[in-house]
This record gives sequence, C-alpha cells and structure tokens, in this order.
Amino acid sequence: MSREKTDFWVGLFVLLGAAALVFLALRAGNLSSFSFAPTYTLTANFDNIGGLKARAPVKSAGVVVGRVGKISFDDKVFQAVVTLNLEEGYQFPKDSSASILTSGLLGEQYVGLSAGSEEENFADGSKIRYTQSAVVLEQLISQFLYGTAEKQGSTPPAN
Amino acid sequence: MTGPVQALSALGRWVLTQVSGVGFFTRFLGALLARSGIAVSRPRLVSQQVHFIGNYSLLIIIVSGMFVGFVLGLQGYYTLNRYGSEEALGLLVALSLVRELGPVVTALLFAGRAGTSLTAEIGLMKAGEQLAAMEVMAVDPMRRVLVPRFWGGIIAMPVLAAVFSMVGILGGWVVGVLLIGVDAGAFWSQMQNGVDVWNDVANGVLKSLVFGVTVTLVALYEGWQARATPEGVARATTRTVVVGSLAVLGLDFLLTALMFGN
Repeated sequence: MSREKTDFWVGLFVLLGAAALVFLALRAGNLSSFSFAPTYTLTANFDNIGGLKARAPVKSAGVVVGRVGKISFDDKVFQAVVTLNLEEGYQFPKDSSASILTSGLLGEQYVGLSAGSEEENFADGSKIRYTQSAVVLEQLISQFLYGTAEKQGSTPPAN
Repeated sequence: MTGPVQALSALGRWVLTQVSGVGFFTRFLGALLARSGIAVSRPRLVSQQVHFIGNYSLLIIIVSGMFVGFVLGLQGYYTLNRYGSEEALGLLVALSLVRELGPVVTALLFAGRAGTSLTAEIGLMKAGEQLAAMEVMAVDPMRRVLVPRFWGGIIAMPVLAAVFSMVGILGGWVVGVLLIGVDAGAFWSQMQNGVDVWNDVANGVLKSLVFGVTVTLVALYEGWQARATPEGVARATTRTVVVGSLAVLGLDFLLTALMFGN
C-alpha cells in the first residue's frame, strides 16, 4: 500500500477514536451538562452534611443553578464548610437559606436554595446565614424512639 | 541426602531466573523509551504500525463490542426488570463498558489479535537472522523495528477501547430501546446523569492506555526473547497471549482499586 493511502487510513482510524471519545463524553457522559458559564462563590456552614459530595448539584425550585465546590471541616466551630459555585446569571437575596436535601427516597443528596425576601443580593464570597442540615435517618428514628419512651415514662401508671 | 539439596538449589535457580527476568524486562522498557526519538523523527514508521495494529483490529473490536453491548442490554434488562428499574439500563450498560469491559475486553482481544502478530513477526525476524543482519548494517534493530511497533500499539489501544465502548453502548441501545422497548429518554438521561466524564470516561481511557503499554511491551519482549527456532516462536506467541492477558486482568484489579476505591 502506498504511503499516502496508509496515512489516510491511519488518519481515519484516529478520527474514529476521537469521535468515539466525543460520543462517550457528550452522549454517554455528563460533559454536555457542564456549564462553563462564569460562577460566583458562596459558603455555607452545616452541622451535618450527610452524604453530600463535591460537584453535587445546587438547585433552586428544582432547577440546577450551580454545583458544590469544596467541602471542608472547620474545627473552630465544628461545622462543615461547603463552598457553592453558583452561575452568575442567577442572583439570590441575602437572606436566602440553604438546606441539604435528598432527591427521592434513596437518591443523591443536593443543596437546595430557597430565596429570601431581602432587597440586596449575595455578593461573591459571602456566607449563607440560614442553613439546614441533612436529615440523618438514624437520628430521626432514635429521636422518635426516645420521644415515645419518654412520653410513656412520664405518664403515670394507669392502674 | 542429595534430594533436598538439589530441590533447594533448583528453587534458588528458579528464583534467580525470575528476578533477572524482571530486571531484563525493565531494562528492555528503558531501552525502548531511550530510543523513542525515532517515533518523532520518523513518524511514518509509527503510522505504518498504527495501520497494521489498529486498522486491522478494528473489525473484530467493532463486532465484539456490538455483541457485548447486546448481551449487556439483555442481561441487564432481565435483572433490572425484577426491581422495576429498567430505566437504569443505559447507566448499567455505559458504566460497565466505560469503566471495565471496554478497556479489558479490548486489551484481551488486542493481545490475541495484534500482540501475537507482533511476537511472531519479531520472532521470525530473529529466526531468519534479519535482526542480526540489521546490526551488521549498523542499523539498531531495537530502534528501527521495536520502537515504532511499541508506539503504534500505545496509540492504537486507547482508540480501539473507545470505539469498543461506543459500539457497545449503541448495541445496548439497540437491544434495550429498539427491541425491548425501554424508554429512550430515560435510557440516555440516566446514563448522562450517572457517567462522569473525568471519573469514568477519563479513567477508562487511562486504563486502556496502561493496557496498551503492557500488552505491546509483553508482545515485543516475548518476540525479542524468543528462541530462534519454529518451536521457540510458537512458544513465544503463546506466552504473549497468556502473560499479556493475565497482566491485563491483574492490572485491571489494581487500577480499579486505585481509581474507584473510595
């Protein structure tokens, strides 16, 4: 086979590989849902983040408005510090609250933002004051059990 | 009295041979890398090998990928259907292909299809004293013959693995969506939600790259080390498949533990 012909087929082979990679990234993977829109950063402290992971979605009214950036632990206040990268197109009032929610019964966890009513909006780097931790099922159950036990203990015997 | 002593010395000899084998293998890799300049100065040699190793393996890779996708679609559907979550079929097919089956099955086929031909070619060159003749002509056979094949294999393998995964996903789509009737929107959207570009796709590509290096290196090493007889070449070809496949499976376990461990 002549050299030009070999080169042509090799070029075609490599292009096919590149096309397959693009397919895997865009059609099978989540690259298309990546937004390269400019973002601004907010931080929020949570008592308990449950199973929240970095790059989990931040949703408001169910619409993805950003992603969780970094998750770290602050040993001064013993709280989790979660960095949220929100798309610049979406602005929220300063008294908006963040809570960690679960999609469905067993789904992944995400940060839900509910808008407040203040005039001023969050600036880049500001902190969300009102936060609500993740619901930990074990704690919920134990609270419920202790609650029932206490109630039964406090009521005088019925005899 | 001589029995245990002989057994012990045989064991010692065996250990020494194995250890020096590992040493030679490492030196072989170092020698290949040190001569890799020819891949840049004469890219035609590499592209010829990509053509030989890659293009000719394309058919078997596409056909196998398609059937692996078909089977994943069928089996996945039957299992998921029990739990009423057949919408996750796309995710199951894509994750198993991109993370594991794509790189591993491609590497196994690659060892059988391209690795054997590399070993046989080099072994026969050695048996026919072509390599010795090159040295007489002051051409370094390692530089001229082995390095282009090495880089050809490294380039071809990730391309083949990506094609395998793509064809497999399409095969799963054909069976799941077209034949069985899983909802097409759920099939793709669950897949896109669950497959991460960096964690899954990029790690799969990295895996296939590592396997490409391993299989090609084993094939070249076995050919280079083959005894210059018909029987020696036959044995070397067999060893390429056995050692190459085992190395791929062992490495896959290690890489999976490293990449997806936490």
